[in-house]
Amino acid sequence: MPAIKAVEMYFPDNRARLLEIAAFLDRIDRYESGDQARQDFRYRSFIKALQILLEPDGLRTIKVQEALSDPTREPIEAVADSKAYGAWKPGDGDEDY
Amino acid sequence: MKIIDPHIHMVSRTTDDYLALAYCGIHTVTEPAFWAGFDRLSADSFYDYFVHICEVEPVRASRFGICHYCWIGMNSKESENLSLAHQVLKMLPEFLDRKTSIGIGEIGLNKNSRNEIQILQAQLSIAAQRNELVLIHTPHLEDKRKGTRLIMDLIRNESRILPSRVLIDHAEEHTIGEIKDNGFWYGLTLYPNSKGSPERAVDTVEIFGSEGVCINSSADWSVSDPLATVKCANEMRRRGHRQELMDKVFYHNPNQFLSQCPKFKAL
Ligand SMILES: [Zn+2]
Repeated sequence: MPAIKAVEMYFPDNRARLLEIAAFLDRIDRYESGDQARQDFRYRSFIKALQILLEPDGLRTIKVQEALSDPTREPIEAVADSKAYGAWKPGDGDEDY
Repeated sequence: MKIIDPHIHMVSRTTDDYLALAYCGIHTVTEPAFWAGFDRLSADSFYDYFVHICEVEPVRASRFGICHYCWIGMNSKESENLSLAHQVLKMLPEFLDRKTSIGIGEIGLNKNSRNEIQILQAQLSIAAQRNELVLIHTPHLEDKRKGTRLIMDLIRNESRILPSRVLIDHAEEHTIGEIKDNGFWYGLTLYPNSKGSPERAVDTVEIFGSEGVCINSSADWSVSDPLATVKCANEMRRRGHRQELMDKVFYHNPNQFLSQCPKFKAL
């Protein structure tokens, strides 16, 4: 299939998704304590992932997945109340990313 | 077209869903044992659950002309409770012997903890002793790549298990390459919002090829869609893929993997 056909098929849905992301980021800017929210590990991972989207190398999906993944190798000691957030939350002693 | 859904939790679905599956050509399904959406209090609850998927669901399904098989196992989420998990492990052989149970699953990791690993190892050893097929659950979200790697290391250490008899499920773009390189089958799950979309699943088939992949709905008690496989097949059709390729991905591939268990016969 020629790539222009993919543009025709998928542009409207993805235009809508793009506006959702823009509105999500505007919401964070508009609400109080935006600076604090922008330091959150999820926000920072999100912005990092957005930058990946501008690299036209056909590997954007894998790179976004990797940017949002736990890079450590060791099992965790106990589940306790640890939860999955969708972005990796560095623990004490973990190098920043 | 005929479709096999190799991962669907029919205990959580209505009879209308069975009817919809029947209308859409999904006439063979396999149901892995999993977390019920809450932590169960005792091993007796698991006993009843295994009876439900071994006895009750095949009868419900047959009313709609659907063939229902199941997988038996201790899920990773409740494996954190070691004493409960060890009691459940003792029950597994009785249910693995049932005529519609086709292997151990879905077992795996949820948060990549040491307790989860201990129970997974114990179940891999049961699978090896009994020569059972294995269906692996991988963690979601940021834990997936690490968990998938830990799981593959554990399976490789159990040399009696052939990778070709293991399906690693809920694979995504960043785990598929390593799963394939190690000779395992992989599953793509279509789950509204949180997991893969039909579009991304079809991208994956285009990028990684159609060998060794099974696509499933994982429809359960949460936001999910028992007809997700049909919708994904339709996305392939919309992109102009040949019918033979769709038949391979949605019928012949799962049939090839599941038929390694002699109890399995697809409609
Ligand atoms: Zn499942």
